[in-house]
Amino acid sequence: MSITVTLIVQGLAFLAVAWLVMRFGWPEIMAAIEARQKQIADGLAAADKGQKELGEATSRAETIVREARERAKLVEDQAARRANEAVEAAKRTAQAEGARIVIAAREEVATETGRAREQLRKDFGTMVVSGASRLLEREVDAKAHTQLIDKLADEIARG
Amino acid sequence: MAAEGDAGGMTGYIKHHLEHLKVSVGDSPFMTLNIDSIFFKLLLAGLFLFFFIRVARRATAGVPGKLQCAIEMMVEGVDGIVKDTFPAKTKFIAPLALTIFALVFLMNFMDMIPVDLLPATAHAAGIPYLRVVSTADLSTTVGMALCVFVLIQYYAIKHKGVGKFVGEFFTAPFHAHGVIGKIMVAPANLLLRLIEELVRPLSLSLRLFGNMYAGELIFILIACMTLGAGFASGITWVMAPLQWFAGFLWTVFHILVITLQAFIFMTLTIVYLSMAVQEH
Repeated sequence: MSITVTLIVQGLAFLAVAWLVMRFGWPEIMAAIEARQKQIADGLAAADKGQKELGEATSRAETIVREARERAKLVEDQAARRANEAVEAAKRTAQAEGARIVIAAREEVATETGRAREQLRKDFGTMVVSGASRLLEREVDAKAHTQLIDKLADEIARG
Repeated sequence: MAAEGDAGGMTGYIKHHLEHLKVSVGDSPFMTLNIDSIFFKLLLAGLFLFFFIRVARRATAGVPGKLQCAIEMMVEGVDGIVKDTFPAKTKFIAPLALTIFALVFLMNFMDMIPVDLLPATAHAAGIPYLRVVSTADLSTTVGMALCVFVLIQYYAIKHKGVGKFVGEFFTAPFHAHGVIGKIMVAPANLLLRLIEELVRPLSLSLRLFGNMYAGELIFILIACMTLGAGFASGITWVMAPLQWFAGFLWTVFHILVITLQAFIFMTLTIVYLSMAVQEH
């Protein structure tokens, strides 16, 4: 257990090993460790980014769906209103048409009535004239007594 | 000594176990190479370098293998300690610290191998002496501690400059005002500084050596419990389980010791180097 020249050999061997470790092993292992650290950090950052983007996309999708729903509701309301308006317009048109038809009918009736009355009066005038002529037993000159006949017819018509 | 060792018995067994395989390269007792501790140190260093450099060459930033993971954990741990402790930027300290930890741990770990296995095998192959735990050889620990000592001085000079480095021997730890005061405290400072510097390699090497030598000795003593016993003797049947149990307990405890000693050697080296570059 005495100290011998062995110590020089041992010391040199030790230093040589330390130098070899520094020269041929250490840099590669540190590089690998650092590269992996960077990879992991990048991966975590990417995961964070992805999560954030997912959240943003989800909220964006929700907004889009909500807007679409609102728009659909708007369109539906509009359609309903338009349908109502169309029905109302049709109703109004129909009513107006009906009223027009009634007025036209009334006018026609009135015209027909007037015409019938006129005809009746004329016929009656003729009848009266012929009755009078028969009563007087002579030809009544229609022309000569037109004024009288007309007056008579008027009176009849009025009466 | 050799005569006693050859005499056999418990003393002979222990002495034989504590004898290095030596080659004399000079006339003085100092000029002796302990072939066994050099061999095992180089073998373990080669093993460590082989795996470390192989893993480093194949290191990938992707999913690492289990060996790469283990080595990366060690590298990152040591790098963290050095970055926390060492105030300047350095390329060499962290690999040095890792080398210390790995080498000391591996050399200590040879103590886990049954104490007679390798020496007996070597003996059968014609090698008379073999000590497998290189760190239980004072030359090994002193050799490493001296390297650390030289590095401490090198880093101190590199970071402070020669003038400041020499000046600190006379101006710290005691500070004085005025020329006369400074001259008066200078000898005390020099003495304390020299003691401080010399104690470091001494404590580094003796702590590791003492722990490992004592551990090895206790393994040898445990092995003595059934030394020369035969199956015919009744006492063997009592001692053998006891020996197994004692060996088991000491091995389990020693796992802690060898790891701790490797860690202490590494950490103290980092701390000493950090102190060397800091201003007093």
